[in-house]
Amino acid sequence: MLSRVANCLYWMARYIERAENIARIVDVNLQLLLDFRNLNDQRLADHWMPIVQSTGDEAAFLALHKKATGKNVTEFLVFQLENPNSLVSSICQARENARMVRDQITSEIWEELNRLYLFVRSPQARQVWKESPTDFFQQVKASSLTLIGLTRATSIRNEGWNFSEAGKFLERADKTSRILDLRYHTLPERGLPGAVSQTEALEWSAILRSCSAWDAYKSIHSAEVHPRLVAEFLLLNEDFPRSARFCIKELHHALRRISGVPLGRFSNEAEKLAGRLDAELQFSTVEDIFAQGLHLYLDQFQFKLNAIGDALFNAYFFQSFAVVDEQVYVQQEEQQQQCK
Amino acid sequence: MPGVGKFRQHMLKRYDHAGFFDEMLDKDGQVRPHYRKFREHFKALTPQEFDHKRHSVDVAFLRQGVTFNVYGDSAGTEKIFPFDLLPRIIPAKEWDFLERGLTQRITALNLFLHDIYHEQRILKDGVIPPHYVLSGKHFRREFAGFNVPKDIYIHVCGTDLIRDDSGQWLVLEDNGRCPSGVSYVLENRRAMKRSFPGMFEDIGVRPVEDYPRELLRMLNHIAPAGVADPPVVLLTPGAYNSAYFEHTYLARQMGIEIVEGRDLVVRDARVFMRTTKGLQPVHVIYRRIDDDFIDPTVFRRDSMLGVPGLVRAYRAGNVSLANSIGTGIADDKVMYYFVPRMIKYYLDQEPIIPNVETYLASEEADKKYILENLNKLVVKAANESGGYGMLMGPKASKEEIEAFRKQFEADPRNYIAQPMISLSRHPTQVDGEKFEGRHIDLRPFILYGEKIVIVPGGLTRVALRKGSLVVNSSQGGGSKDTWVLYGDE
Repeated sequence: MLSRVANCLYWMARYIERAENIARIVDVNLQLLLDFRNLNDQRLADHWMPIVQSTGDEAAFLALHKKATGKNVTEFLVFQLENPNSLVSSICQARENARMVRDQITSEIWEELNRLYLFVRSPQARQVWKESPTDFFQQVKASSLTLIGLTRATSIRNEGWNFSEAGKFLERADKTSRILDLRYHTLPERGLPGAVSQTEALEWSAILRSCSAWDAYKSIHSAEVHPRLVAEFLLLNEDFPRSARFCIKELHHALRRISGVPLGRFSNEAEKLAGRLDAELQFSTVEDIFAQGLHLYLDQFQFKLNAIGDALFNAYFFQSFAVVDEQVYVQQEEQQQQCK
Repeated sequence: MPGVGKFRQHMLKRYDHAGFFDEMLDKDGQVRPHYRKFREHFKALTPQEFDHKRHSVDVAFLRQGVTFNVYGDSAGTEKIFPFDLLPRIIPAKEWDFLERGLTQRITALNLFLHDIYHEQRILKDGVIPPHYVLSGKHFRREFAGFNVPKDIYIHVCGTDLIRDDSGQWLVLEDNGRCPSGVSYVLENRRAMKRSFPGMFEDIGVRPVEDYPRELLRMLNHIAPAGVADPPVVLLTPGAYNSAYFEHTYLARQMGIEIVEGRDLVVRDARVFMRTTKGLQPVHVIYRRIDDDFIDPTVFRRDSMLGVPGLVRAYRAGNVSLANSIGTGIADDKVMYYFVPRMIKYYLDQEPIIPNVETYLASEEADKKYILENLNKLVVKAANESGGYGMLMGPKASKEEIEAFRKQFEADPRNYIAQPMISLSRHPTQVDGEKFEGRHIDLRPFILYGEKIVIVPGGLTRVALRKGSLVVNSSQGGGSKDTWVLYGDE
């Protein structure tokens, strides 16, 4: 498979996953605010700013907006094209990557992604959003899940599939860890957290819902919400498809399928790092993690994910395809295809 | 049935077919024999059913991304190529005639290219004044004496045909570099089959679906000698090119890789693509990049789309290109003027399909005539395509004519002129309801491999604006499905 194609499939999957995660985070937090009273500007900023921080785009946000109000933050995270990681930007980039490799993806996937793209770029999307943000997010989430389903149902299990799986799970692990980190400032720096207030419990359940984990969590822990259990569930649960452990296992296996190298050995840096992280999650307890401090742990976790992403790039993609000289686009357009 | 009444009213009573050659109706307003069966089927549809079908086709095209990018528009604007549901129908006897004419033409063009890159007999014998060839923008003197694989230069040709007010077929231009549009031929047919599944068998329409297979067969045929099962790729300028949809479409239909220049590298005069498993050899390239951009070490140095060293690999015979480098000289609009002479010279035949009467601006007498008659002529830049750089005298304002006059006088070698042809018209749905005559042309696609293959049909383009003669999609054109019948009615 062409390196460029592999790269596009990897990023297409990442961007779809990214868009869906943004939809969930913003949706859940908008709803959460409905349960709070006495909201002043400061309370609102305290609520929204960590969400911006969790995306890693704080600087970009502050360049565009003065205050972290709900309106500004949702605009930034959902529609703003100046934010390369906004929901709409992510869908545009997923679709752009898909367009580059249209011959490599099934028409079912392409048509659904194109439909989603046409929807979020249409005036109708704003209209739906105005009337009911939840309906808007519902559509985005449903489309993303449809895409995941279509990919499973229609794609041949070749290298391209493995690269897109790797992209999806890497992105998902990253997003789960960032969502889990949203309320770190309410936790002790090190050591297990104590009892939580009712408001805090609501915030932690919002974290679960942002990861589509509420139902799965309840089936194990009933309705008792405690940061320790939430962290354990989202990081170490073996069977929940959005937990860090699950994602890293899937990522690790996708990398193995690409190279054909069996578990227990490695042929490149990406496999080495993914294998190491997989083992670490298998052989950790939540007590270990809190002893180190959840925030610090998550920070390092994200750092490790980045290292795996970089190593993957060096192993298979060789050259940067993301940054392209503007002149290239001009020349691509200039080629006169005789017709039309 | 009210539907039938309405249809008849639009199509047959109020439909004005006078003053032009109408493809569907003869002078007396009678439906031509090869449209009769279609008319029977069509009559059974109510306007509501018809609207519904048209709407679902439009939605399907947009959803599938059957679109083109607009030049000079802000990045990424995509439009669907408007599609008219009334098919253009060609009876068997006319198609036989066209097939013979097109085969004759591509044969002569290939002999011409071989000649001018070798002995240049046609120049030495004074049939074509040498300076027209040697000063041509697309003449590649670097390839003089070079033997292209199997002696084929133009492997894929899109020749534009029109009919004048008497119904006479004429060649408007040859496109022998990177002709595009064939994906619309295939997609239009798919849309028509979905919309009118019952019609095809009954009316007897020849299939077009073979095109990708024939294209691949041709590409395999030109592979370097001794390479069995040659790896074939399609080289695209990239996703921002107007025809990118077509590139991915063809690659997918043929089951070959679509590559950009940056996916290829040349080592020891051999071409490889970069894959996740390292470098893999490439032996045949169906390239959709202009000569100028294909290799920055030979042609334009600022090209960021090409592959450094590709020309060296090509010269070494390790990779074949379709179309060959240097074909642009044959579809130059000045060279067009000489094609009838080429046919006579190489084949000793008269052209089966004639040219449009043409004036060469570089000939003094012609130049004088052109300048005196700018308001009556269509003047075209020799090396442009897509309707750019052209003046439609009879439709232009005084200011436009004067502005063009300056451009023209600055570089007369660059222009040709032709009388305005009243293109034939075809019933076309306008404003989503009534049917009116609109001007059309036809681009069949000719493949030159082991033998010459022309898929029955082609892209019928239609000028959707009333009275407009410009069928280019960038300027308000649309398309129709083209049906070539097994029989004559």
